[in-house]
Amino acid sequence: MFSMSVLVTFIHQAIMQGIPILYGSTGEILTEKSGHLNLGIPGIMYAGGISGVIGAFLYEETLPSRDAINPVLAVLIPLLSSILGSLLMGLLYCFLTVTLRANQNVTGLALTTFGVGFGNFFGASLVKLTGSEIPSVALTNTSQFFRAYLPVADKLGAFGQIFLNYGFMTYLAIIIAFVSAYFLRKTRKGLYLRAVGENPATADAAGINVNRYKYTATCVGSIIAGLGGLFYVMDYACGVWSNEGFGDRGWLAIALVIFAVWRPDLGVPGSIVFGGLYIVNQFVTGLPMRDSELFKMLPYIVTIIVLIFTSIRKKRELQPPEHLGLSYFREER
Amino acid sequence: MNATPAAIALRGVTKKFGHVVANKNVDLDVRRGEILAILGENGSGKTTLMNMISGIYYPDEGQIFIDGAEVMIRSPKDAFHYKIGMIHQHFKLVDIFSATENIILGIGDGKYNLKAAESQVREISERYGFVLAPDKKIYDMSVSEKQTVEIIKVLYRGADILILDEPTAVLTPQETDKLFQVLRRMRDDGKAIIIITHKLHEVLAISDRVSVLRKGEYIATVNTAETNESELTEMMVGKKISLNIERSEPKAPQDRLIVKNISCEGVMGRKMLDDVSFTARSGEILGIAGIAGSGQKELLEAIAGLQNLSGGDILYNDPKTMQTVDLRDKSPTEIRELGVRLSFVPEDRLGMGLVGNMDIIDNMMLRSYRRGHSMFLNRKDPRDLAQRIIDDLEVITPGATTPVRRLSGGNVQKVLVGREISSHPKVLMAAYPVRGLDINSSYLIYNLLNKQKEHGVAVIFVGEDLDVLIELCDRILVLNSGKVTGIVDGRTAKKEEIGLLMTKTDYGTEVQANG
Repeated sequence: MFSMSVLVTFIHQAIMQGIPILYGSTGEILTEKSGHLNLGIPGIMYAGGISGVIGAFLYEETLPSRDAINPVLAVLIPLLSSILGSLLMGLLYCFLTVTLRANQNVTGLALTTFGVGFGNFFGASLVKLTGSEIPSVALTNTSQFFRAYLPVADKLGAFGQIFLNYGFMTYLAIIIAFVSAYFLRKTRKGLYLRAVGENPATADAAGINVNRYKYTATCVGSIIAGLGGLFYVMDYACGVWSNEGFGDRGWLAIALVIFAVWRPDLGVPGSIVFGGLYIVNQFVTGLPMRDSELFKMLPYIVTIIVLIFTSIRKKRELQPPEHLGLSYFREER
Repeated sequence: MNATPAAIALRGVTKKFGHVVANKNVDLDVRRGEILAILGENGSGKTTLMNMISGIYYPDEGQIFIDGAEVMIRSPKDAFHYKIGMIHQHFKLVDIFSATENIILGIGDGKYNLKAAESQVREISERYGFVLAPDKKIYDMSVSEKQTVEIIKVLYRGADILILDEPTAVLTPQETDKLFQVLRRMRDDGKAIIIITHKLHEVLAISDRVSVLRKGEYIATVNTAETNESELTEMMVGKKISLNIERSEPKAPQDRLIVKNISCEGVMGRKMLDDVSFTARSGEILGIAGIAGSGQKELLEAIAGLQNLSGGDILYNDPKTMQTVDLRDKSPTEIRELGVRLSFVPEDRLGMGLVGNMDIIDNMMLRSYRRGHSMFLNRKDPRDLAQRIIDDLEVITPGATTPVRRLSGGNVQKVLVGREISSHPKVLMAAYPVRGLDINSSYLIYNLLNKQKEHGVAVIFVGEDLDVLIELCDRILVLNSGKVTGIVDGRTAKKEEIGLLMTKTDYGTEVQANG
């Protein structure tokens, strides 16, 4: 059923599907390592996406003509506005859960609702500004720079198609994942961060500034996750923003954290597996629409299986940080 | 020796928490190359005193000198600067980290080199004779290994004044011996060591000098070689204070609960109860004395059916049916139905038995919800009961619908004890019912217990204050490391006698040897 060229397309698309999820899960892993379960990630990715779109839209509006676009600004402006958007979301989450010690689950879910609403509101507003008939904003002009890849890729056949045929944000996602893994396992600051998430009282007693680590990890995590939203619009969706288009990718990112047993490096292959499972229905021919939707459950089912497996093995290294989801109160007398 | 100033000296140190004086005018000297034991009962202020040296608290009055120079220790960081290291009773370790990772936590900004740190840890281990694999994960370690990590942690940070807060409380005798060998080696290396303990034989075994605290006050310091157990006990427990608690003669006491040779094991295979036997009689208050953690909680839970016993019997003479049943065959619910009631007041008061966010009525229902047969809750009976407890025990509360956590400690305890009493128990077990209460509230609880006794209930009272136990109880059972070291008559018992039973190990053999 699978010819070679179909397989190559499948792998390529699986990776494209996996990258937004990888951004989200790397961000969430960093956050969770500080002991904070940020269920606001779907909302933050949404906000990261729309912020980038707003930045790009405003920039494109200022241009006298299509060709006057500056490649550097076309990339930098959406990138920075996306970072700003998700950073603000991260700070909001931190202020509520770290400083005010609000319940993390409630805060996270509220943030997701907020982020999606925020995205839809501004998405709809932009559509209105363009005066377009179709309910979407097309930023194809900006998108071309996000999608640009090395021209040699086309000449290298399957190899080029699988490994080289991507915009820079794909490679950035993988680099961030590996750098995060290295940071957590091999650096002193990574050790301290893990200590904060495992046992904040111990970290505090050892002279580690617990709240600073929590803030930094959560905000950096939010920024990384937000880039996933930006990648989705600018690269995967070819610069076309439509409300709700992002779908459940944010939740998939949180599922991937469990699937990757809190290791950003394992998130890389994990995201490709998730991406593949997410689109496999399109490659099974002769499937009625309603059945194909069932296939979209696969990543979640796989996650549940992993969860069962790790719970049975009870290996401590495969478990979430011990203090995940709990607020830290310094003992005061 | 006297020419060089003490490594650390305290002069007139006083610390108050609100109205409670935790330490009053304490003087203390520790020299390099010696082990000083700090001896005192629970709540005598040993840990508070050490927390002031290690920077957790700041003294209200008094001075601290290090090597003769006056210092201010305002934070643990300051203490670390003066090379003071404290090993707490509760370990502060990250479970999934290795020993080395825990040891280097929070220090140094230099290059992160785990291998180098590991070899340094190994070096320290060898120097003092610790047995520790630097790369072993904490979750794989025994309690004694975890303690070793804590000690190496402070040594790694360069501490030369070490404070150990009841280090042997969690250790087996063999592990204790090993620890003492290490401590001696550190002493010979020129370190000043303070060890907090309430175990007399350990004081005699390890220390060079002993300082005794009693109820926050500094009593005296003596050379270990020139003292003995009975002198130390007397210094520790002090003279008897009269409290004037009423005590009626038991009326027609009958054996209600017969505990025979029960044993149970805690985590890591430590024996929490070791061959415990006694009889609780109706119309009598049986006191249980002992250092905290000597098996009191386990004993009560065993009777209530909440512990897995490794042996023994708990026989209950049911006054209703005149039959004898073994409670070990019964579920906790069945035991409760038989009239054996437990009210345990934990250190945080709301930890066991009451739900803080629920009101008094709902907390009553936690015990009675099984009685309902309809799908909906019957709140009328519990409401009446709650109101009765509020009236009878003078619980100060805006109403029965006030969440329990808003009540003051004494009132919470009244609700807790009142709920158990309301079920007309045959055996009432009250653990620390006056913990944290002021004097008037305490007397109210004593009167409650006395009333139960007059109604023919077998009352078991676990207490902390020896003066109270001696005046309230008809008989006092002394627990020491899970063993019964004696059952004495409350009317004739001497405080020192009970103190000795509580603190001394191998009581039977040694005391006989001493005549």
